[in-house]
Amino acid sequence: MLEVRNVTRVFGSRAAVDDISFTIDRPAFVGIIGRSGAGKSTFLRMMNRLTDASSGQILVNGQNILSLGGQARRAWQSQCAMIFQQFNLVPRMDVTSNVLHGLLNRRSTLATMFNLWSREDILRALQILDRLGIVEQAAKRAEALSGGQQQRVAIARALMQDPQIILADEPIASLDPMNAQVVMDTLKRINIEDGRMVIANLHTLDTARRYCDRVIGMRDGRIVFDGTPEQLSTGVARDIYGADASFNEAATSTALPTDTAADREYAERLLA
Amino acid sequence: MTASTIGSTGGPPHDLAQNQHAYLELVRRRRLYGGVLLILFVALMMSGFQMAQSRNAGGFIDGLPMVLAFPTEVISEAWEKRANLPGIFVAHIPSLIETLNIAAVSTILGGIAAMLLALLSTRGLSPWPRLTGVFRRIMDVCRAIPEIVIALILIYILGGGPVPAVIAISLHTAGALGKLFSEVAENADLKPVEGLTSVGAGWGQRMWFGVLPQVAPNWISYGLLRFEINVRASAILGFVGEGGIGHDLKIAMQWGMGRYDLVVGIFLLLFLTIVIIDTISDRVRERLVKG
Repeated sequence: MLEVRNVTRVFGSRAAVDDISFTIDRPAFVGIIGRSGAGKSTFLRMMNRLTDASSGQILVNGQNILSLGGQARRAWQSQCAMIFQQFNLVPRMDVTSNVLHGLLNRRSTLATMFNLWSREDILRALQILDRLGIVEQAAKRAEALSGGQQQRVAIARALMQDPQIILADEPIASLDPMNAQVVMDTLKRINIEDGRMVIANLHTLDTARRYCDRVIGMRDGRIVFDGTPEQLSTGVARDIYGADASFNEAATSTALPTDTAADREYAERLLA
Repeated sequence: MTASTIGSTGGPPHDLAQNQHAYLELVRRRRLYGGVLLILFVALMMSGFQMAQSRNAGGFIDGLPMVLAFPTEVISEAWEKRANLPGIFVAHIPSLIETLNIAAVSTILGGIAAMLLALLSTRGLSPWPRLTGVFRRIMDVCRAIPEIVIALILIYILGGGPVPAVIAISLHTAGALGKLFSEVAENADLKPVEGLTSVGAGWGQRMWFGVLPQVAPNWISYGLLRFEINVRASAILGFVGEGGIGHDLKIAMQWGMGRYDLVVGIFLLLFLTIVIIDTISDRVRERLVKG
């Protein structure tokens, strides 16, 4: 389904992505982890063709999407939705219009410029918003929403594209733990219910372990780990992040604690 | 993987129906307003055009082919005498320098005044937030009076020469740049200012260290744009007796037929000056932004 062959991207004299290759043969939930500057974002941006690759091939169903140009490139972008860390919505337009932007590649420029969408398109956008649980925000401006809600609008825009692949570039990095969970659960649901492949850049290991079918670890532009979440031991993590023995992922973990000791203690103190 | 797989799983169904109805209603209303505005706009443009047409001495359509007649005459004559152009350039460099000097001095003086006015009229930065309205009105006055009127009055009082031109252009620059500067300053991030307040810095220090570094690239690029506009303004003031290249241009135009090479030469000189200023301002701005 997706085959990445020797993809390289050079900025100046430094390779941001250095000769990476891997294959994904089913609509899996793939997490890419690594520290900042490891080349995760550059790789996703190359898949969406926001950044050009220096060399290599990315084959999707046998077609090399890195060689597409003009209309064909934009058609590919419309089938390969991207979700950004900072949501990248149009802040002054209402939520439904932002979702309808997912169709821009398939509708005429003139009609879309005057915001003339067909009734079916509008109803579909509202249905998607309903599915993500934010239909009551449909008429509000995107900027009036909370971060978690805005990210769900961005996911709705991605779904409006009806894509084969959804790319998510640090989708939860600017959200609080509660909203992060809602957004990740939503992505997982789309992955399972619709059978769309999701490739997400993540920067917390616990998120990668919990949601991904497969984890790819990158360091300095190269793939240094490729396996299942179970294989992602602390030793491997130290390797990926280039950390020494003092590395402790719990120190900066943003996951909600699963143990209830603290709750019990608090309750006992209140009852005492 | 089609729209049909997107089923409603969250929220009761009547909720969706309600929201759908409400949003479709909103869309209908927006389209209605948009349509009415469009019709109004077209009708106003049409009627305005007809009124202007009926008051014109000649007809717009009849006159259209003649628009190019005068420029063609000027340029064809200048082309015949193109050998004179280098000589004209050299001969008018001194008066061009006078014009540029008037523009530069008034941009600097007006720009300094504009900085103060801008900071004083920006809510959130001003030391006296209640007086922002007063400083805004002062800038409005500076912009409202045409510089040519101020120049004519000052020529009457001070006599001809560059000083009345500098004062007239500086006043207008202070008003126009002040407005633009304050819009930039309004968007400045207040966090550095808060940080400086927390260490006990005074107003001047807060503006100098907290605001100026943020707004400098935009202010300088507006300042250089204003310098370009002031070159033109200073050339126009030459027409009413301020000297400089505008004076030469006026004399050349008055002679009319036979001296069109002079007119074209002076225009070319002004055009080249603007191009050079524009190029320099691009470079300066790029270096400031990239640091």
